[in-house]
Amino acid sequence: MSETLIAVEHLTMRFGGLVAIDDVSFSARPREITAIIGPNGAGKTTVFNCITGFYKPTVGRLTLHGDREYLLERMLGHEIGQRARVTRTFQNIRLFPGMTALENLMVAQHNKLMRASGMSVFGLLGLKRFRTAEADAVEIARRWLERINLVADADRPAGELPYGAQRRLEIARAMCTEPRLLCLDEPAAGLNPRESAELNTLLVSIREQDGVGVLLIEHDMSVVMRISDHVVVLDYGRKIAEGAPADVRKDPAVIQAYLGTDDGDSHA
Amino acid sequence: MAYFSQQLINAVTLGAIYGLIAIGYTMVYGIIGMINFAHGDIFMIGAFISLIGFMICAMLGISSAPLAIVLVLMMSMAFTSVYGWAIERTAYRPLRGSFRLAPLISAIGVSILLENYVQLAQGARPKPAGSIVTGGYTLFSSDGFDVRVTWLQIIIVVVTVVLMAGFTWLISSTSLGRRQRACEQDMKMASLLGVNVDRTISLTFVMGAALAAVAGMLFLMYYGVVDFFIGFLAGIKAFTAAVLGGIGSLPGAMLGGLAIGLIEVFWAGYFSSEYKDVAVFAILVLVLIFRPSGLLGKPEIEKV
Amino acid sequence: MDARLPRMLKDAAVTALVAAALGIFIVGFRTHDIGKGLTFDYQLVDLGIAVVTIFFGRLGLLLASTGLKWPAFALGIVLGVIGASPLQLPSGFLHWFVVFAGVLIILRTIWPWVDEAATKARRSPVGTRAGQAGAKWFGAALLVAAVVMPMTPFADQQTMDLAVLILTYVMLGWGLNIVVGLAGLLDLGYVAFYAVGAYSYALLSTQYGLGFWTVLPLAGMMAATFGLVLGFPVLRLRGDYLAIVTMGFGEIIRLVILNWVDLTNGPAGIGSIPGPTLFGAVFAENAPAGHRTFAEMMGIPFNSNQRLVFLYYVILGLALVTNFFTQRVRRLPVGRAWEALREDETACRALGINPTNTKLTAFAVGAMFAGFAGSFFAAKQRFISPESFTFIESAIILAIVVLGGMGSQIGVVLAAVLLIGMPEWFRDLGAYRMVVFGLAMVLIMVFRPRGLVSHREPSVRLHPVHRRGGA
Repeated sequence: MSETLIAVEHLTMRFGGLVAIDDVSFSARPREITAIIGPNGAGKTTVFNCITGFYKPTVGRLTLHGDREYLLERMLGHEIGQRARVTRTFQNIRLFPGMTALENLMVAQHNKLMRASGMSVFGLLGLKRFRTAEADAVEIARRWLERINLVADADRPAGELPYGAQRRLEIARAMCTEPRLLCLDEPAAGLNPRESAELNTLLVSIREQDGVGVLLIEHDMSVVMRISDHVVVLDYGRKIAEGAPADVRKDPAVIQAYLGTDDGDSHA
Repeated sequence: MAYFSQQLINAVTLGAIYGLIAIGYTMVYGIIGMINFAHGDIFMIGAFISLIGFMICAMLGISSAPLAIVLVLMMSMAFTSVYGWAIERTAYRPLRGSFRLAPLISAIGVSILLENYVQLAQGARPKPAGSIVTGGYTLFSSDGFDVRVTWLQIIIVVVTVVLMAGFTWLISSTSLGRRQRACEQDMKMASLLGVNVDRTISLTFVMGAALAAVAGMLFLMYYGVVDFFIGFLAGIKAFTAAVLGGIGSLPGAMLGGLAIGLIEVFWAGYFSSEYKDVAVFAILVLVLIFRPSGLLGKPEIEKV
Repeated sequence: MDARLPRMLKDAAVTALVAAALGIFIVGFRTHDIGKGLTFDYQLVDLGIAVVTIFFGRLGLLLASTGLKWPAFALGIVLGVIGASPLQLPSGFLHWFVVFAGVLIILRTIWPWVDEAATKARRSPVGTRAGQAGAKWFGAALLVAAVVMPMTPFADQQTMDLAVLILTYVMLGWGLNIVVGLAGLLDLGYVAFYAVGAYSYALLSTQYGLGFWTVLPLAGMMAATFGLVLGFPVLRLRGDYLAIVTMGFGEIIRLVILNWVDLTNGPAGIGSIPGPTLFGAVFAENAPAGHRTFAEMMGIPFNSNQRLVFLYYVILGLALVTNFFTQRVRRLPVGRAWEALREDETACRALGINPTNTKLTAFAVGAMFAGFAGSFFAAKQRFISPESFTFIESAIILAIVVLGGMGSQIGVVLAAVLLIGMPEWFRDLGAYRMVVFGLAMVLIMVFRPRGLVSHREPSVRLHPVHRRGGA
């Protein structure tokens, strides 16, 4: 077993009587794309919500290995983004629709800029130190806008952008927090084939160029099979298989879980 | 002991009135998730319509108190309902799908509008109403202190209990109630299944207003005076009751009303009447901070 | 004869019927006090006229919206003429009411043309540039007008009084705009911080003899502290709950002021509060010991207007500081985080922004400016009592922010002039002021939820303005 980025151990999440996740363990490595797949209602998004602090797991340990070990289940929602540097996107895009694309990327660099602005005091006084930091942040944002091909639309409200652009912008915004682990919740949902291919390129470049580990929930098996290094399969809240994409697609348990629900995709 | 018993009787009476208003808050919140800030003023309108109704009865020479009460109750419920309906139709319905706080701001506007409309039409001075029902029954005496329950108090509690029972039946066993609960669960799904969502929401407002009208009439009879501003405080207290009981829950509203009645009366009776309203506000704040789902409500799970 | 007419007539009749049902008790019978009891008289004729007006008004609007413009226009003119005619309607209000109905129909009829023309003008490149330049110049022109106003011949005592009042509300509106407009926190208890500022100055000046300029920052800090202490436990709450809780706090503070007689003198209030000084000079005919009057300092004869002009400049300065601060902070990370929180709190949390702290800063900063304004209010009035700090004040300030367009600075100015100035200019309408407030809040939410001024200038741009849209 080589280096681990995040270790999920015995994760269980109950809502009243309903067991959404039942004793799930897996791990993901840095500089790799780990896909979590499974039929609808398998508990994929719930795993994400536990990792990113929106739910408190009923049982389990979530360890992120960064400059030190972070026990995510003990941290407040925003600390996971701020300290452990785990960020996410959402199934139903959650941009700041009234703010421009550039502003969205600036907000993502909030914590860094807050320090540079001396908790706003230097900023109010307009000190040079803050202005430099601000210019750097704009530069980072501009580079990301270039990568997602949105430079021309930088000053347009995010809510006015086309759907595919919003998806890309949300990923760029998450990347602007300089995460260790990026959690993407169905990033390809609703994209046309061309946009989907662009997304693949973007995700691969995030792995290769930025060296960030990615956790990916995805329904589109063509995306999963093409770009992921490691696949975890959930069904009814349990892990039924784990391994390399090629192995997982041959796994009888996986085929059974998908038959009659998503069968077309599983053989894609 | 005698003093305590007397206070308890008074508290239950007051709690019944708050409970009736609280139902309106809780039902509307349950179905469309908004705080109908103007609901307290609907109650005030109900009280005013009752006042004028009683005066009309007196003018027409209806001297039988039970007949007058029933007539006024009907009138007040009917005409106050029109307010509930018209407000939902004009000030809230167009805002479905607008930004989060729009309905609440609109409701604050409606509240200001109603208060000042009544002030303009009827004047700012408190309006005294003569006693319609007098007399009572002395339960027992001790320490030279008579513990009395007035006929009026009995009427208030009986009317409230009857309405509550009827109402619970309406929600739990009729098709209207089922439609309402369906809308509460999932408005989009309900409309796909053929529930007329707009009409169901309208009816919710109408029912809430009708109950507020009853509360208005009982309030008028109990205190013998109304003014255009009674809706503000009574509204906040009833809202506190709804939150305390667990917003969205009908029995919770009643329970909360009772609790607020007890707190207010006993605070005034044993501590200080100046700070009784502060006590109620403080309860509201504390409940919202520490137990926002109230006594009987279900906690909300955040969906992301 | 249009086939749609019967349906429109029916709709108008239903509307009129509903109006009649709404009005029959509250308007149709008017109660009067007589000694210990009540009597009433009828206003059924008034109600009848109002209901008929509503029938034709609704009909006119329906005609206009279905494209029958000329009949609608004619109906509007007829109503307008009837309302404005010397015809003896039972009350002056009814005249206004009928005229209003007529005007409304006419506006509705011509609205599509106006709207189309305006959109076309705005869309054209010249219009876009003119609009942006216009907004900039309009602000500047407004500022110049505000600075020179007291030196113009219009500046009689009445106008100056009103100007000071409007500016106080502009400052409060700007302060609340930070909380409501930027951070999206609906604060219904804003007046509490205004009260804290006012009582801080009143008490510190009358008890300890501290001067206005010493107390001003203290009062702001005091109010901000209250904001922090009250905000900390409640800012986690959802938007509408937060609104109700802040209202609860507002009322608690008012009730405490009312009942803590030892400290605040209760309902009787605090009087003889000293006004602000200019370099130690007081604005009065005779200076108290150890001070001199402004007239002596300048070697000019005393004039009671001097005090008013000075107060005007003080509040103008305070308001401009608020505005400057807001403009500046909007471009800082904290300001951007406020707006982001307004847009989507969940997303903010996912990006590692601490929502509670961020909201708390907005709440405290907003409270601080209310505290400043409160000190000024106490110094101007020289007498304060709990009556000035009721929920209605909070609602008025909120109405200004909402009407102006949440987040818009210039919108607040327009709304304050409209909502505070108009009722003073049209004294006849004074009694209807609050009705108009309430109605305006509803209408704005229904028809123009983003307020009078809905344009939002980005806090940072990648491309300079003139290249907007191109790359």
